[in-house]
Amino acid sequence: MTSSKSGVRQWVSKTWEQFTTVPMLGWLLGALVAAILENLVGNTFARLVGMSKAPVLFGFDIALKTPLLIPSAICYVLVIYLLPVFIVARALRDPLNKLAAALLKYPIVVSAIVHLGVLYAALHIWSSLNDYRALVVKLILIAVILTLSLNVVNGYMGEFSCSHPGFMALGAYTASVLSVLFFVDGSVFGDALLPPAIGPFIFPLILILGGAVAALGAILVAVPSFRTRGDYLAIISLAFMFIVKSLIENLEIVGGPRGFRGQPDWANLPTVFAWTVISVWIINNFVRSTMGKALCAVRDGELAASSMTVNTSKTKMIAFLFGAFWAGVAGGLFAHVLRYVNPSTFGVQKLAEVLAMVYFGGLNSVVGSIFGAVGFTLLSEALRALELYKWIIIPVLLILVMIYRPTGLIAFREFDVSAMLQPKHKKEKEVDDAAASS
Amino acid sequence: MMPLLQVENMTHFFGGLRAVHDYNLSIEKGEVRGLIGPNGAGKTTIFNLITGVYKPSEGKLALDGASIVGLQPHQIASMGIGRTFQNLRLWRHMTVLEHVRLGRYSKITYGLVGAFLGTPQRHREEAEIEAHAMRLMKLTHTDRFANTVVTNLPYGVQRRVELARALATEPKILFLDEPTAGMNPEELIDMMNIVREVHKELGMAIFLIEHRMKVVMDLCERIQTLVFGEVIAEGAPEEIRNNPQVIDAYLGKEVEA
Ligand SMILES: Nc1ncnc2c1ncn2[C@@H]1O[C@H](COP(=O)(O)OP(=O)(O)OP(=O)(O)O)[C@@H](O)[C@H]1O
Ligand SMILES: [Mg+2]
Repeated sequence: MTSSKSGVRQWVSKTWEQFTTVPMLGWLLGALVAAILENLVGNTFARLVGMSKAPVLFGFDIALKTPLLIPSAICYVLVIYLLPVFIVARALRDPLNKLAAALLKYPIVVSAIVHLGVLYAALHIWSSLNDYRALVVKLILIAVILTLSLNVVNGYMGEFSCSHPGFMALGAYTASVLSVLFFVDGSVFGDALLPPAIGPFIFPLILILGGAVAALGAILVAVPSFRTRGDYLAIISLAFMFIVKSLIENLEIVGGPRGFRGQPDWANLPTVFAWTVISVWIINNFVRSTMGKALCAVRDGELAASSMTVNTSKTKMIAFLFGAFWAGVAGGLFAHVLRYVNPSTFGVQKLAEVLAMVYFGGLNSVVGSIFGAVGFTLLSEALRALELYKWIIIPVLLILVMIYRPTGLIAFREFDVSAMLQPKHKKEKEVDDAAASS
Repeated sequence: MMPLLQVENMTHFFGGLRAVHDYNLSIEKGEVRGLIGPNGAGKTTIFNLITGVYKPSEGKLALDGASIVGLQPHQIASMGIGRTFQNLRLWRHMTVLEHVRLGRYSKITYGLVGAFLGTPQRHREEAEIEAHAMRLMKLTHTDRFANTVVTNLPYGVQRRVELARALATEPKILFLDEPTAGMNPEELIDMMNIVREVHKELGMAIFLIEHRMKVVMDLCERIQTLVFGEVIAEGAPEEIRNNPQVIDAYLGKEVEA
């Protein structure tokens, strides 16, 4: 019995070993092939295994609504997604390792762009199946920006800030008002002030202004709370969130509690993807620099940090405004993806969501935040069919994470892009093992 | 010529408690000075006053002739006073290398743009910072722990990390608050050798607080004895060792040992 069990385990670990040497490029290409395959035969295959059409989010929805179809959903995921990914990853392993090595002969940007290109292609094809998928992908990307920016404050800097929905609202409304005021005819503000055709090119500037307004709001929170240490920030930032919300609710010009609609359709997938990549890149650059490390030093010991020449109050201020800026940008994107904003979106529930993504993914970790945002958003969409029970399952999961990994699933990990893009060669040890066993 | 560090008539009260009274100190470039005294005498308070953690109730402080009264700790540190802490104050989630690198903070010139965008200038500076940190880690025998998170290190090594980190600020004068506290004899010898090596190699002035007589007597050129916030004796190790007031107030049997 035990021998057969260990036999299985050995087989699994042997098979997995085959894949430890697959470079990142292999996995991405695998995903691309799977997405193409689904596009070609997804619906046909789904009908073959008894479903009416290809499942939208890995079959969770179908499995929860009609449990009888669980085997079909599993079968679909295996055949359409997993099998192609693993086959492609394994089959192209060696040439792709060579390619990855060749790419690194050029500046790292080249390799990064190739990887991102393949990733984007896979996302694009996968999300083209229907509008819901496209929306989910965009919301996930925005959640990544939001989570990461909050991690800068709550993780790297170790303060507890609750004002992120407020910053997001400032960014969302600023960007919405600007784009409608300048580029939309016949809105509440009258006709467009500038030709609508140039709008998409000004959009980045509009988002940046949204971020800037959020950062201005952050000054209001930071000045009173960073004077003294302690829990002031948590309280003041929470108050700030409520103030922003009720301010907007009472601002009739932007629709008050009814919300504000009519944002131009500029936030397409490539735009949102590009902003997400830029924000991850900039935030990761920052937290890995010695200036960014100063944040962690302030968190772990302010007195020691200042004795090592770190201007602690300036450092905290910069990081807080930086986080708020990206929350504002995320807000602007959010408003243009939904093309409608409503003050009630930016309340306690949003706060709970962002905090959950940060703490679920892992403090002080860029990979953790990406994982947290993607995982949490997918989970929350996947469990949508459960309605009320969703809000029991998700908190329970969070509590479990907090108990077993108090700092989150992937905490305190460096996001080393250049290590990720390296070709993966067989390790010495594995070669030895293989020689020993034969 | 004006001394590197000059403290005149410094007095400090904690509420009603007079922790330091009429304290004077003048340290020249490259000197090694010691400060001894019983528990609660006010030694650490003197360090905290000079490094800007507390603002003295009265008195003048000047570094290189410029007054440093009322400056923030980070300003005083960038002007050239580096320090270690009696109760280790390392950053518990960070590696040894990250600690030592951070000591170079005030030397960074690439600014926020460099931090955000990863400009060539930043890469150049970060490489220099790393090389400098590696040199200091070699000097303090902490280099083989470069990528270890400090909480996983033995106590003696942690003390040396504190020293390396303080050295990274390029101090003109280095304050060591009981650098050998809690060390075993082996670690103690190691630490003394490192301090000597550091002084020989980098040549800064050193001002150290110690409880172990052997360490102060061996390392320091001049020693002050502090009791209840007041200096009761100042002089070369020999004078201090034989000063009846010092023996009475503080040394007692330790000297004979
Ligand atoms: N922040 C503070 N507030 C109030 N009293 C303080 C403070 N810091 C120190 N003291 C008091 O000042 C006196 C001197 O303390 P200090 O820490 O400077 O002594 P020390 O000579 O370094 O002693 P040790 O050898 O134990 O380190 C003590 O009575 C201490 O209780
Ligand atoms: Mg002390």
